[in-house]
Amino acid sequence: MKYVDEYRDPRLAERLVEKLHKMVTRPWTVMEVCGGQTHTLVRSGIDRMIPPDLRLVHGPGCPVCVTPLEMIDRALVIAARPEVTFCSFGDMLRVPGTARDLLSVRASGGDVRIVYSPLDAVTLAQKNPKREVVFFAVGFETTAPATALALIQARRLGLRNLSILAAHVLVLPAMEMVVTAPGNRVQGFLAAGHVCAVMGYEAHHEFAARHRVPIVLTGFEPVDLLEGLLMLSTQMEQGRHEAENQYARSVSESGNRHAQQVIAEVYEICDRPWRGLGVLPHSGLRLRKEYHDMDAERRFASNTFASVEPRECRSGEILIGLLRPDRCEAFGTRCTPEQPLGAPMVSSEGACAAYWKYGRAQRRV
Amino acid sequence: MCLGIPGRIVERCATDGASLAAGFVEFEGLRRRVCLELVPNAQTGDYVIVHAGIAISQINADEAARLLGYLRAIGEDDLAQEITP
Amino acid sequence: MTSSSFTPQCPVPHVESDSIQLAHGEGARLTRRLIREELLCAFANPFLSPLADSATLPAVEGPIVMTTDSSVVSPLFFPGGNIGSLAVYSAINDLAVSGAFPLYLSLALILEEGLSIDTLRRVVASISEAARTCGVPIVTGDTKVVPRGAADKLFICTTGIGRQRKDVDAGVQRVRPSDKILISGTMGDHGLAVLSAREGLDLGDNLISDSAPLHDLVDRLLESGAEVRFMRDPTRGGVAAVLHELVEQFSFAIRLDEASLPISPVARGACELLGLDALHIANEGKLLAVVSEKTAGAAIEALRGHPLGAHATIIGEIADSPSAEVLLVNRFGQVRNIDEPSGAPLPRIC
Repeated sequence: MKYVDEYRDPRLAERLVEKLHKMVTRPWTVMEVCGGQTHTLVRSGIDRMIPPDLRLVHGPGCPVCVTPLEMIDRALVIAARPEVTFCSFGDMLRVPGTARDLLSVRASGGDVRIVYSPLDAVTLAQKNPKREVVFFAVGFETTAPATALALIQARRLGLRNLSILAAHVLVLPAMEMVVTAPGNRVQGFLAAGHVCAVMGYEAHHEFAARHRVPIVLTGFEPVDLLEGLLMLSTQMEQGRHEAENQYARSVSESGNRHAQQVIAEVYEICDRPWRGLGVLPHSGLRLRKEYHDMDAERRFASNTFASVEPRECRSGEILIGLLRPDRCEAFGTRCTPEQPLGAPMVSSEGACAAYWKYGRAQRRV
Repeated sequence: MCLGIPGRIVERCATDGASLAAGFVEFEGLRRRVCLELVPNAQTGDYVIVHAGIAISQINADEAARLLGYLRAIGEDDLAQEITP
Repeated sequence: MTSSSFTPQCPVPHVESDSIQLAHGEGARLTRRLIREELLCAFANPFLSPLADSATLPAVEGPIVMTTDSSVVSPLFFPGGNIGSLAVYSAINDLAVSGAFPLYLSLALILEEGLSIDTLRRVVASISEAARTCGVPIVTGDTKVVPRGAADKLFICTTGIGRQRKDVDAGVQRVRPSDKILISGTMGDHGLAVLSAREGLDLGDNLISDSAPLHDLVDRLLESGAEVRFMRDPTRGGVAAVLHELVEQFSFAIRLDEASLPISPVARGACELLGLDALHIANEGKLLAVVSEKTAGAAIEALRGHPLGAHATIIGEIADSPSAEVLLVNRFGQVRNIDEPSGAPLPRIC
């Protein structure tokens, strides 16, 4: 596959690993922010190839993992309604709410559908005018343009039976939280390439300078991540703290202006609770007044309910890199993909899921 | 299922006023309808990154070639340095 | 009040219907007509015609092998096959990989009230064609109709009977370290085709199920003289499921080579797009075999000489390690474990 296979070339990877070993002269701790990056690192085994002095901690860039518990519980209530066709990305289906998950709602007769794109929800709404179609709008800035476009398209078509549960979160506030948390040891960031493809990385320059921490935004293939680590290590060894772009084939400094425009048309920034982390200011997107009529939270207002996390789940510490998944006492015993205590074990981008799927053979040593 | 995958635009569809710009993108023999509203300058034959059914960015072929060229040259430089006395 | 005998009335419709009704399953006139018109004609053979409650079959030399399968795939028709042919091939394939010559099939149909007769005809025609192609008659059967909502259009149960081959001595207990693991072709085609058709993923026409009967291919393998330790057709849960079953039963590890795993470009594209792993996706026309190291070459050659085995390849080996894991060595030389498929992502594929 073009633009994929070249970045999985083992010979290029080997050369980059060699250069990394020569570059790193002392211990460093770096965080890759995005769950997609975590999965590539663990799946490909890159985390075992890099110098042991270069310690990787995994970040909160798994939107499924950080969707607030209250929002999941609200989704479950809406999805169970007989008039609702509830659409979601696949990996939300087994994320545990307080008492159940979307998969069990489906098993009990709820009309829950997996879609690949929010635009598929628009098509469903068009074809089923008597159904209330609700889309679970989860994701970072990468996904926000897609859900925004879905609402814009629905508006243009005059559809009245489509609404969304707006649960988008923003990456930089999470990085802010990581770098200011007590006990933080992160000295460099690998930032999420696709978020930056949409938003650009002008804000990252300011972040790097203010916190005196280097940032390299990368693609998601093994060679991308290795090159990103090399660029980051070079900065750290040289005492620089700038924002650099490894993913130049897909990301420009100003990002995608059209995408930013559609986000701004539909959404505005708000405070948002992150599952496991608490409320982060200015870290979420909510619908603008002009789109309140498409807000599922308003359309299906329900009583408040008590959302309760299992006390044993330590996803908060996992999400900011303070605890490695396989060091959690519940890992693989009371918490597995079939019976997860929290979201990171069940999401395709969750750190716990990555360790479970790919990491156990390696960690047997 | 929130992955961004590169694919090649094989057809831009004609649109009416109400519909968003769309086209067909090919991923290794698979063709899928993709919304191209956010990449108005991408033409048939160009590569885009597709996420959740939307093209979010156009791949810059020159940048890609430049990086790969640089990566392939690593190691050969080092080898040359080792051989040269 | 006069006493009169209470005669239950079966609500037999008086008009010709183009869809299945409850009365069709009640054993009465409509049922006999359904069987006669739709089913008997399609499956005509000496064992079936007398329409008795059972079939009397000739004695078989040696052990009898029996298998049973249910087909609940949705949608009923998908690129490369349908529930009918799938049901026949499932039974045939289970017999073939168990080292048996397929001889007879039974067929039970569970029809949802409201199923169109036309759909039933198409499925039945496909069952008939598949059975005929394999040379295996359907000797007995049953038909039930359930109320709307109690089944999803049509479920099929097939039971196959076969005769144990004398030239095969396969089973988990014969597997040894350094044995090679082979697969007859590309992985994941069936599951992806069905998933795409069912979920309306709109991925074009190139995702096609590999649904096919394997008895001929198994013949070819066994006649090659290869030392075959174990055979299976990797259906639900894919290759990963079969390999996990294997390691659960003995104390070796399995090591796969990522670069050798055969996957078609189009399936690869679908897996990338959907974030799926072809190792976990169902196949319906592939043979997985464990053969001795020294005869693996001959086995591959034999398989490749058959149209269904053109892409046969060695994908890994049995390792001399007591860890009972399924491991994958990737292109970077790193080892990771292949998980058991977890069940939820791809329902109703088979």
